[in-house]
Amino acid sequence: MVEQKKSAAAYWQANLRLIIVSLLIWALVSYGFGILFRPLLSGIEIGGTDLGFWFAQQGSILTFIALIFFYAWRMNKLDKEYGLDEE
Amino acid sequence: MSQFAINLIFVGASFALYIGIAIWARAGSTKEFYVAGGGVNPVMNGMATAADWMSAASFISMAGLIAAGGYANSSFLMGWTGGYVLLAMLLAPYLRKFGKFTVPDFIGDRFYSTGARLVAVACLIIASVTYVIGQMTGAGVAFSRFLEVENDTGLMIAAVVVFMYAVMGGMKGITYTQVAQYVVLIIAYTIPAVFISMQLTGNPIPPLGLFSTHTESGMPLLQKLDEVVRDLGFQDYTADVDNKLNMVLFTLSLMIGTAGLPHVIIRFFTVPKVADARWSAGWALVFIALLYLTAPAVASMARLNLMTTIYPDGPTAEALHYAERPDWMRTWENTGLIRFNDKNADGRIQMYNDNLSDPKGQEFAATAAERGWAGSELEVNNDILVLANPEIANLPGWVIGLIAAGGLAAALSTAAGLLLAISSAISHDLIKGSINPNISDKGELMAARISMGVAIVVATWLGLNPPGFAAQTVALAFGIAAASIFPALMMGIFSKRINSKGAIAGMLAGLISTVVYIFLYLGWLFIPGTNTFANVEANWLFGISPLSFGAVGAMINFAVAFTVSSLTEEPPQEIQDLVESVRFPRGAGEATGH
Repeated sequence: MVEQKKSAAAYWQANLRLIIVSLLIWALVSYGFGILFRPLLSGIEIGGTDLGFWFAQQGSILTFIALIFFYAWRMNKLDKEYGLDEE
Repeated sequence: MSQFAINLIFVGASFALYIGIAIWARAGSTKEFYVAGGGVNPVMNGMATAADWMSAASFISMAGLIAAGGYANSSFLMGWTGGYVLLAMLLAPYLRKFGKFTVPDFIGDRFYSTGARLVAVACLIIASVTYVIGQMTGAGVAFSRFLEVENDTGLMIAAVVVFMYAVMGGMKGITYTQVAQYVVLIIAYTIPAVFISMQLTGNPIPPLGLFSTHTESGMPLLQKLDEVVRDLGFQDYTADVDNKLNMVLFTLSLMIGTAGLPHVIIRFFTVPKVADARWSAGWALVFIALLYLTAPAVASMARLNLMTTIYPDGPTAEALHYAERPDWMRTWENTGLIRFNDKNADGRIQMYNDNLSDPKGQEFAATAAERGWAGSELEVNNDILVLANPEIANLPGWVIGLIAAGGLAAALSTAAGLLLAISSAISHDLIKGSINPNISDKGELMAARISMGVAIVVATWLGLNPPGFAAQTVALAFGIAAASIFPALMMGIFSKRINSKGAIAGMLAGLISTVVYIFLYLGWLFIPGTNTFANVEANWLFGISPLSFGAVGAMINFAVAFTVSSLTEEPPQEIQDLVESVRFPRGAGEATGH
């Protein structure tokens, strides 16, 4: 029982770590590259405009998709490792 | 065959399909009615979520907004997709594990309070009703343009169709209809875009075409567009914005608001397992991204096409003669959505930036005077851009019929999802949850159907008599979802310490601060002329627009809830155990109403 509780706590900690890292990337590509740091990226040219414009209109959306699938894959694996998945 | 006949065939065939699906997928129990029996495949649920989410606003209005605002309106693209990351990681899997039918179910149980449940019901109903008005008016516009019937008649047809499949099938009927509607709307959106991208850049994939070379001028497409609009006194299409704080908060409000909209959240109650809820959010975003990656391409290409139509020899040469205007301009003039006024009486259509409160417009005034222009002569409503796109690019008649069916699919699928969220809040949370807890499954199902019918009648009435403020109310829907529903759900899952007093105080603080801030600038209860301050950037608190305030309201909600909770007692042990249990997928079982 104690063992089980400990592993449940570790599972939750692992989930929180994964969420924090994912949300940092989420914020970086949209609020960072897409909006705030756009002037810093203005030197990198892409199709007649700059990288910041690309992140705001396409790059952030593509990153969001990758983030969700990565999260789902990692969490579904963690569920099994900690024996917390549904049968 | 006439264009009218083609439109009729496309729209008629798509409606027959939806009703056929509804008859096949009738709901027999409350479980089928509220959560489609809990057996929806995650990819299928993702597709239905995409149709549910992409409304008339995404299909019809968004590309027009981006075309008009350029880079500055990228907020819509990031905001309306980024919310799914929050849903997938912060809400969907845990709410699926909790395993009840509705959003107020969770708030009521987690905060062990009927008061919290009722606040949630109120927020849900206000957010959903304001949202559904826009869908009904959108459907009315699409009908009146393509089927050449009165706007009101079009709305009635739309209401009858939604009534048939939503009341009969509930969530089960809606889910499978939405899958069909997604297919219709995505085909309708992408086909014209592919044609146009081919014409302008030679690249058949619109998102790649956006960053390719404009075949005619040999310049990158976006550079060409920047040059054309600059020559007419407009801000560069790709220009950066000055008020970055507001852009960040606006994007954040749209993201949090998306994750907090009840009709989107309840879609994740329909999948069999917690793991499926996570996958399903990913699939939903994939299907949404197909449209959202195409939209910015449609926006810039349509803007360029419009400008080259009006200035066939380039923006520095003479404009088009009104008498020689293309057919699509004539048809849209009939709807009043395009208006021409020959201010300098030279018979030509000059369209340029004549806005003197915009520094760019001021700069251009001298050039305009020199060229003998007396003001911009063409007014084009942003909303027609997507619908008129195939005509502007001279595409065949069947593509136009397809766009009509697609626009209607987008409006109807979202309307159905919203109506379900409203009816479940009334029948499940109000009637079963508070008024008559002993109601039988059959009785509750009947109540759900009746409240759905009533909701459709109310929505149709509001669509026929739209309050003058329909556009502003969308800001209200997102503001409420962001400031009240999302923080309450998130804190309920990630903190064991938040108690009922904290949650209720937080929700009310977030809700009231957001609503008051919006009313200060847009008018109390949106009544024109009653606003306390003029809605201009100089008056905004720290330059935050009323549309961006939802994110601030959410922060107020979090802060108040934490402060009040830490000053009052801990939640009871069984509630802390409940929070513990939603965090772990094992033993999720099926969604229930008990």
